[in-house]
Amino acid sequence: MNEGLRKAMENDPKVLIMGEDVGKLGGVFRVTDGLQKDFGEARVIDTPLAESGIVGTAIGLALRGYRPVCEIQFDGFVFPAFNQITTQLAKMRMRSLGTLELPVVIRIPCGGGIGAVEHHSESPEAYFTHTGGLRVVACSNPSDAYTMIQQAIECPDPVIFFEPKRRYWDKAPVDRDLSKAVPFDRAVVARPGEDVTVLAYGPMVKTSLEAAQADENHSIEVVDVRSLNPLDEETILESVRRTGRCVVVHEAPVFNGYGAELAARITEKCFYHLEAPVLRVGGFSTPYPPSRLEDHYLPDLDRVLDAVDRTFAW
Amino acid sequence: MIVDAARGAPLGTDAQSPPPELVQLLTPEGERVEHPEYDVNLTPEEIKGLYRDLVIVRRIDTEAVALTRQGELGIWASLLGQEAAQIGSAHALRTGDMAFPSYREHGVAWCRGVDPLDLLGLFRGVNHAGWDPKAHNFHLYTIVIGSHALHATGYAMGIQRDGAENAAIVYFGDGATSQGDVNEAFVWSAAQNAPIVFFCQNNQWAISEPLERQSRIPLYRRAEGFGFPGVRVDGNDIFAVLAVTRKALDNARSGQGPTLIEAFTYRMGAHTTTDDPTRYRLQSELESWKLKDPIERLKAYLVKNEMADREFFDAIDAEAKQVGSDLRRRCLELPDPEPTAIWENVYATEHSLLAEERDQFTSYLASFEDVSR
Ligand SMILES: Cc1ncc(C[n+]2csc(CCOP(=O)(O)OP(=O)(O)O)c2C)c(N)n1
Ligand SMILES: [Mg+2]
Repeated sequence: MNEGLRKAMENDPKVLIMGEDVGKLGGVFRVTDGLQKDFGEARVIDTPLAESGIVGTAIGLALRGYRPVCEIQFDGFVFPAFNQITTQLAKMRMRSLGTLELPVVIRIPCGGGIGAVEHHSESPEAYFTHTGGLRVVACSNPSDAYTMIQQAIECPDPVIFFEPKRRYWDKAPVDRDLSKAVPFDRAVVARPGEDVTVLAYGPMVKTSLEAAQADENHSIEVVDVRSLNPLDEETILESVRRTGRCVVVHEAPVFNGYGAELAARITEKCFYHLEAPVLRVGGFSTPYPPSRLEDHYLPDLDRVLDAVDRTFAW
Repeated sequence: MIVDAARGAPLGTDAQSPPPELVQLLTPEGERVEHPEYDVNLTPEEIKGLYRDLVIVRRIDTEAVALTRQGELGIWASLLGQEAAQIGSAHALRTGDMAFPSYREHGVAWCRGVDPLDLLGLFRGVNHAGWDPKAHNFHLYTIVIGSHALHATGYAMGIQRDGAENAAIVYFGDGATSQGDVNEAFVWSAAQNAPIVFFCQNNQWAISEPLERQSRIPLYRRAEGFGFPGVRVDGNDIFAVLAVTRKALDNARSGQGPTLIEAFTYRMGAHTTTDDPTRYRLQSELESWKLKDPIERLKAYLVKNEMADREFFDAIDAEAKQVGSDLRRRCLELPDPEPTAIWENVYATEHSLLAEERDQFTSYLASFEDVSR
């Protein structure tokens, strides 16, 4: 993430970083570490503690030709900015008949699994995928973090960029050649397989890959959805038509969650290929629980495999 | 006006103006001083009681930090340095007044009779709050900065409509003053003449951001623009905090509307146990604030005025130690909640979807036991 942001700032002097504690501290997850030192306080802005202000002023800066990258400190704190994002940021291109462009990126560390107190473990993606005019993406690994953040910053549309916080500590080789990178609005097959398609994004990609690895009975294909809106139907539908079975995994509540959209769409478009209904694995229809219970709330390898087994019971 | 874009704040404005008036009744050296508007009249027993609370609360805090380091709590937000601001203001409350804390008000919680173990529950992750807000007139901790300022305002509007002689007090930090909700609470309480006290602990830092990132003027002066009085008090002086908060609460209870109190203090520890302040502030700053320690200053006063002897201080230390070790033991004994707690208390009545999820998950868990048997 840090390298990707640095590259974007080097490539385009209009790129700004703004958020709480992003300067000297480098953000609470150190994602912006060293950037203020190297690019100065005018480009890396420690903002007042006001999320509505962060996004609202980012909109103004974008209107003036800048490309602000906003950091929301934790998922649960994006809501003070919800009005600015949904009623302003999302709609301005359309309202201006296409004359206004708002290349604003809103980075949100998301998801649970770090033993945090309340409001620090949420998965609010569905609120944003439900809002026309926003692009919504989630990276799942270091290489995508590096490339996708740069692609998001280059994108002329507003992008909600989800970063699975418990994966910040993951280590993996990073492909630095952007020219060969998959466009950030495409899904990728993270692990090919034949019997069942597991669709996941963000933190659940790794969990799904581990499940696929562990399953000795079935050949599981894992598709990293990456772009929740727009959705890369081509990659997803092709996979499901091939395997005939599908399990969707996310941390957010299943009820009215993003998986509902995937399940409905797949059922509609792959009906005659399906051997079983699309199953969803995710959080429950409750507030996020205290951290000592989060291992129950969050889908893990066993719950993914349980759903896989259930699709074969059909 | 020259604006230094890099630093964001304009140059040469209030940064250079003379320091604003700070209400102080007890100097850092423990010298009692007069103030034209504020005074406290406390018996030696009452003063010793305040000292006891300060020491015990610091001990609870130290224990919680240690428990976090040992992995028993997930995180802890230390009140180190802010004891006088909290204990002083809490002692100004009457039982019927309602307090709305942020997440650092362990001292206020103590004065409201909340078992410190119930604070630890949240930070250990066994619950979101262990206490009954109504039983203590001490609301839940609020982590989403500033949200509760509006709750306190609404609560105060309720007090007003009930014709009760009470007030609400809301605690928040210097950083929180930037939030829209806090500013809306200022607007609302002024327009409604609500019986509320805004108690801002300006501990100089919002995680890594110094106050200049939030404000060009001293925070207490914000109140004027909203149409109610603001006062800056030495937040490490328990007498002054008590006097100023009493007066503000009296005004609120007697129909004179809101007051903003800026308790000028210092966060002597890290923001939370996961924070590393060496990345953004100088050790020398901390050293200078250590000289203004709220507990040392009251101790010096007690000694100077021969109100307490060695025996008294030893007894308090022993009691605090006991509270600490008792707390530690009970924390370690805190059981993890049952998985089904996930579905409890979400709605007032049984909810079919939740019941279905709970039952499915229970049998899912049971399927593992079957296998292992
Ligand atoms: C709406 C919101 N945004 C961000 C955060 C993350 N956060 C937690 S504490 C904090 C700083 C608060 O500073 P201040 O108001 O001065 O209170 P202090 O912690 O110093 O007591 C921040 C940014 C949050 N809890 N809520
Ligand atoms: Mg503060």
